[in-house]
Amino acid sequence: MPTLLNKKRSASSLRRQAAPALIFGDLWAYDPAPETADPKLKTRYELFIGGKFVAPASGQYFDSINPANEQKLAEIAHANTADVAAAYRAAKKAYEQTWSRLPGRERAKYLFRIARLLQDRAREFAVAETMDGGKPIKESRDFDVPMAAAHFFYHAGWADKLEYVAPGRRVAPLGVVGQVIPWNFPLLMLAWKIAPALAMGNCVVIKPAETTSITALKLAEIFQDAGLPAGVVNIVTGFGDTGAAVMAHPLAAKVAFTGSTEVGKIIMRSLAGTNKKMTMELGGKAANIIFDDAPLDQAIEGIVNGIFFNQGHVCCAGSRLLVHEPIAATVLAKLKQRMRTLRVGDPLDKNTDIGAINSKAQLATIKRLVAVGVKEGAALYQPDCVLPAKGFYFRPTVFSGVSMSHRIAREEIFGPVLSVLTFRTVDEAIEKANNTAYGLSAGVWTDKGSRILKLAAELKAGVVWANTYNKFDPASPFGGYKESGFGREGGRQGLLDYCQFV
Amino acid sequence: MAALAQIAVRRLFNAIGPVDYVGLEERVAKYGTRSLKKNAKRFGLKLAVSMIDLTTLEGKDTRSKVEALCQKARQPHDNLVTPAVAAVCVYPAMVRHARRALGPHSSVRIASVATAFPSGQTALKTRLAEVKWAVAEGADEIDMVINRGAFLAGEFSLVQDEIAAVRATCGAATLKVILEVSELETYDNIRAASFLAMRVLRPGDFIKTSTGKTTLNATLGNNQVMLEAIRDYYLETGIPISMKPAGGIRTAKQALTFLVAVKETLGDAWLNNVRYRFGASALLNDLLRQLEKEKTGAYPAPYYFSEATESY
Repeated sequence: MPTLLNKKRSASSLRRQAAPALIFGDLWAYDPAPETADPKLKTRYELFIGGKFVAPASGQYFDSINPANEQKLAEIAHANTADVAAAYRAAKKAYEQTWSRLPGRERAKYLFRIARLLQDRAREFAVAETMDGGKPIKESRDFDVPMAAAHFFYHAGWADKLEYVAPGRRVAPLGVVGQVIPWNFPLLMLAWKIAPALAMGNCVVIKPAETTSITALKLAEIFQDAGLPAGVVNIVTGFGDTGAAVMAHPLAAKVAFTGSTEVGKIIMRSLAGTNKKMTMELGGKAANIIFDDAPLDQAIEGIVNGIFFNQGHVCCAGSRLLVHEPIAATVLAKLKQRMRTLRVGDPLDKNTDIGAINSKAQLATIKRLVAVGVKEGAALYQPDCVLPAKGFYFRPTVFSGVSMSHRIAREEIFGPVLSVLTFRTVDEAIEKANNTAYGLSAGVWTDKGSRILKLAAELKAGVVWANTYNKFDPASPFGGYKESGFGREGGRQGLLDYCQFV
Repeated sequence: MAALAQIAVRRLFNAIGPVDYVGLEERVAKYGTRSLKKNAKRFGLKLAVSMIDLTTLEGKDTRSKVEALCQKARQPHDNLVTPAVAAVCVYPAMVRHARRALGPHSSVRIASVATAFPSGQTALKTRLAEVKWAVAEGADEIDMVINRGAFLAGEFSLVQDEIAAVRATCGAATLKVILEVSELETYDNIRAASFLAMRVLRPGDFIKTSTGKTTLNATLGNNQVMLEAIRDYYLETGIPISMKPAGGIRTAKQALTFLVAVKETLGDAWLNNVRYRFGASALLNDLLRQLEKEKTGAYPAPYYFSEATESY
């Protein structure tokens, strides 16, 4: 029990305390609070082609594991080129015979239905997403699943209003589109890709990432329940070879890829000389810029949200912190203090702030780059939290004393690792922020409105957040500059990437 | 406003930095998603009981009402094992009744509002005399109100000097400085007023959100602004200032969320009733009801709990 007030603990005894430091101990430890909803997983997931779950022609399956405890969750079918070809044939047939002939308001009905069914089963999907990918349940519950539903709702609203999407122009769908998505937001990326394509009247062949295929196939169950015509969406699971087949198939009128810049470049090379349209949403190394007049405690929350959200597996993560020199020490001290209260552990626990790293391979990449940071002389800080014995975990990490020529300031780490740099003037901040091959996002923290407007104009980034970070909305287009890719997702601009003018 | 006063105002705001409303609201919303189960919940509920300043501040307060309040404070429930609450909080005229009911050596402290509570709109001389009287009557703690008129007019040094004068008049009594946050309106102002007060307080003195007499009282948002001010001041000076949100905290769930904010902002050293209090009355019975539910698994009807207080 807490100390009750009595006269013995008077003001004078409090005054005798040593150097001021806050104690974040276990006086009041939170008990485990696991989310217990049933994720309703199958032991084996087949391919979803032509509205049916079908066994892969290859006859091969691979295991999908829970990165939080390394236990096997399910077997996933490995699609080969024959399976991908079957998926494209099914999509082509659906496109020609049903989907492209439906009026927009009919397509909208299906999208609305999918959104509502996803909301109905939100908790189940959130648990499945967390078990499959390792992200904390509070994120899958409060962000991934509601946002995925929001994208279907938003694009359902567009489906019967497409004559207004490009005033003065007539738009038509492209046909069949091939899509490959990453493992960091499996369900949300699926929604980002599928919803606009379908609203515009296209049919889809999509490949989820090999470590996170389960919620995609669960969504296929919803497509069936919604009565979505067979072949409108086809889901082929597998590794890079499957993805390459999806991108290369001649029936694809357009390909859309979200993933690493490295793979994006390979795809672009392979598509050179074809008449396929493409959009690429690739890596990032975003600058989060803090000026000395910023609301500091809120900025600290923004920094934490920017880099530790989803274990830093975010392409727009604020992985480079640019701090105004006069406040650098204060910001670093506040940030370290805040990091001591972050709870790392079981992703299914409702009080977990940072969950499991998505895969063993990604954990190895993070460790490798962190070792490089240490070797290059940057100062490392990690709070001394206890990590679970089994599973893939990494402590939230901050490097201070980083300069622009450190590798950790240039390469995308895609983990909970922040590099802190300083700047002296506004122009220096802009120059440093733009001194990168990427250009997906940036953050600006200042109390001064004119400075926000100047930076928003001069930062070469697809999104510039002011006094906030990682805010998304289906109505707001998202996409990159430079090697972060091209094309936009969300909003009117996102729809335009799924149509042609006629 | 005189030029010098204006400079002082600017200097204070520059030194302590701004608060972003949207960001702060987002932060405190996350405290509400913490899930407290089993032992953590029981601990939190009992902790909250021990932190209550059980309050009655009505024109119609009488000796018997105050005596009932004191009994409730000492023994919140006839059956459950709970700590006593931290203090009773009454008007100066009721202090002698509380002192008589509790006796001279009670663990339950007696807090008295003073300084022309709740408006503070009278001469400083009169306010100080009231403080002196309340202490003489037996109050262990004085809850004063700041001069909001002077604050909003930019006369910061006047506000601070008055707080210092009240502190000096308190003697050994603990001082709680009510900022009346709903009249200060912005988070920037609340942060500034917190610093004005803290700079003339002794370790263990409190800053407090509200009188409970306005429409908007303690919220997670203004609680957070004040906790962060306390944290920044403590890390800078080593002087620990205590905190008391008051008014509007009626449910156990609310109280636990406030405590989560304390735990995650100021840490373990503030999780006790020397450093943190709730100015509340209706809250107590809801805490008891939740404790009973933790024990038996069923919610007892509200009439199983003695009513010695009215809403605050």
